[in-house]
Amino acid sequence: MTFFVYDGTFEGLLCAVFESYSRKIVPDYVIFEKEQLSLFSDDVVSIVSNAEQATRVWKGLQKKLSASACSMLAVTSMASDYPDLGSLLFRYVRKTFDTQKSIETNFGDSDVLVVSKLYKKVSRESNRVIQFVRFQKTVDNIFFAPIDPIHNVLPLVVKHFTNRFADQKWVIYDMRRHYGYYFDLKTTQEIIFENLQADLESGKLSENVLAHDEKLFQQLWKTYFKSMTIKERINPKLHRQNLPKRFWKYLTEKQ
Amino acid sequence: MNESALKKLKTLAESAKYDVSCASSGTTRNNKNKTLGSAAGWGICHSFTEDGRCVSLFKIMLTNNCMYDCAYCVNRRSNDIPRATFEAEELVSLTIEFYRRNYIEGLFLSSGVIKNPDYTMERMLAVVKSLRTEHRFNGYIHMKSIPGASRELVRQAGLYADRLSVNIEIPSEQNLKLIAPEKDYQSVYKPMSYIHQGLLENQEERQKFRHAPRFVPAGQSTQMIIGATPETDRQILGLSSLLYRQPSMKRVYYSGYVPVNKSDSRLPILEIPPLVRENRLYQADWLMRFYHFKANEITDEKFPNLDLSVDPKLGWALRHPEYFPVDINKADYEMILRVPGIGVKSAQMIIASRRYSKLGHWELKKIGVVMKRAQYFITCNELTHYTIQEARPEYVRKMLTDKSKKNQKDPNQLLLNFSE
Ligand code: SF4
Repeated sequence: MTFFVYDGTFEGLLCAVFESYSRKIVPDYVIFEKEQLSLFSDDVVSIVSNAEQATRVWKGLQKKLSASACSMLAVTSMASDYPDLGSLLFRYVRKTFDTQKSIETNFGDSDVLVVSKLYKKVSRESNRVIQFVRFQKTVDNIFFAPIDPIHNVLPLVVKHFTNRFADQKWVIYDMRRHYGYYFDLKTTQEIIFENLQADLESGKLSENVLAHDEKLFQQLWKTYFKSMTIKERINPKLHRQNLPKRFWKYLTEKQ
Repeated sequence: MNESALKKLKTLAESAKYDVSCASSGTTRNNKNKTLGSAAGWGICHSFTEDGRCVSLFKIMLTNNCMYDCAYCVNRRSNDIPRATFEAEELVSLTIEFYRRNYIEGLFLSSGVIKNPDYTMERMLAVVKSLRTEHRFNGYIHMKSIPGASRELVRQAGLYADRLSVNIEIPSEQNLKLIAPEKDYQSVYKPMSYIHQGLLENQEERQKFRHAPRFVPAGQSTQMIIGATPETDRQILGLSSLLYRQPSMKRVYYSGYVPVNKSDSRLPILEIPPLVRENRLYQADWLMRFYHFKANEITDEKFPNLDLSVDPKLGWALRHPEYFPVDINKADYEMILRVPGIGVKSAQMIIASRRYSKLGHWELKKIGVVMKRAQYFITCNELTHYTIQEARPEYVRKMLTDKSKKNQKDPNQLLLNFSE
């Protein structure tokens, strides 16, 4: 069996496709370097990311796929929690090149269908981050929000927040993957905190770093949220369906 | 901001919560010059209340004092409830601080009527104007237009708000007059038509001057209370479809009557709000907007009310077995859309995929068709199943309603769709 091992990025994946054509081998699996190699991995090829090769493959894809299918692929590549993501995307890209007609709407092909479903999952997760991020204001006027999404969707939502909160400094931090983005009123950059002054369980910043009126606004929001419920219509099942429990820990109104 | 604001907030949120619309969709606005806020177009819900409703906008009343006495309303003047009034600055600051923490998409401002409609509108205008001009707030603003407000004030409001709404509340004028004696359809339709005309004029203007300010870019909406008065679903849906003829009317909301004033003899005594009916009306509304159904197909003279035990699409199919079964591999889009168990997305995917190869049972399932329902209404690239022609509508109805009962314990707990 042949394995391609790539770095887990979309660029790396495109390079795997490049390698496959230039060496004329089709691997059985394309796996992320952190994944466990199986016992039968007799043939292992390490893929080194290379911007130039990736761009060539990407340009080729853009010729064969619609713009929306291209962005769908890029988004799907963030589905970090899907097992065997690399092989799936690899097959999709190869099929695109190997068939004459575009495959993007052929949902009878299981890879096409799985990619489109996975794409929906990743977009749903990034939408949920956009919905449920809760900022806490700190003494130095930075708005801080912890998140814990299933897939690695933070890079997909940075643009939304940069556009929306353009006159305040903010940090959104992925507590599971230990990295975040910081907007300093000019640019948005990736950051890693060595010792974050927040409770990892609740995502709450310690009191001494909170702005003086932060607690009050949290209180106001909780009061508002509670008053909005119409008791005659309580529906816990629907509530949990819309607001999955795993998000509750960082939601101000649920604390 | 202090303790007194907290008390006001509680009172005025309680008073505002019965207005069901909360959508923030319909406008896409990017941030300008490093100010605060944007509008996303897809109507982001930031939370959900325990009754399952989307919290998108900060839905609040400027005041719950009101000189009117509408029988169905908590805030009517004859009710003995805590009253409060916000200062404009308090509301502005709450909106901005909530927005900065990503709690909300923007503001939904309504108000009880104080002094007269125009005076009330002016007070509301002060809030939205300050948000837009002093604070350069780009988030979403939905403002209620007070029934009876003048054209000039509606015009001004439209320049700051993304959406305006005037609620019809009661689906027939004669009943409206009965239970809201100070209101009539004129006072509702006039502001509605001001909004509509304002939009048309704005479109012309923007063709001439590309940078002319936009007037209610997300159009208008309205709400009807269901079950407080005896109108049939046919009357209600007929009115909705008339309203939807105006392109500026984006949404009609249906709000199952919550018996807030239990002792009023003009209103029925209900144990619980008519949630199933409300849900069926939303489904019917959905069929009119996205499935190309006409109001008189969904209900008619013989069946003036929706069948509560099945959704209106299935109801139509059961009444019209002559259209089925539909051949999935040949039928046109319109007909595929009418098959129970096939939604808009699946219908589009069917049309796209069948160009590659004929579709069978398995492919349909993978596409997301609910085969349990659809099986009685289709033929595909396989042996014909037991369709509605062989089985007869009565049998299909029984099969499909028995099933839904099993996995749905409480018939009053239905999915509500408030998204656009
Ligand atoms: S005018 Fe509005 S706030 Fe006043 S009683 Fe009627 S519905 Fe209620």
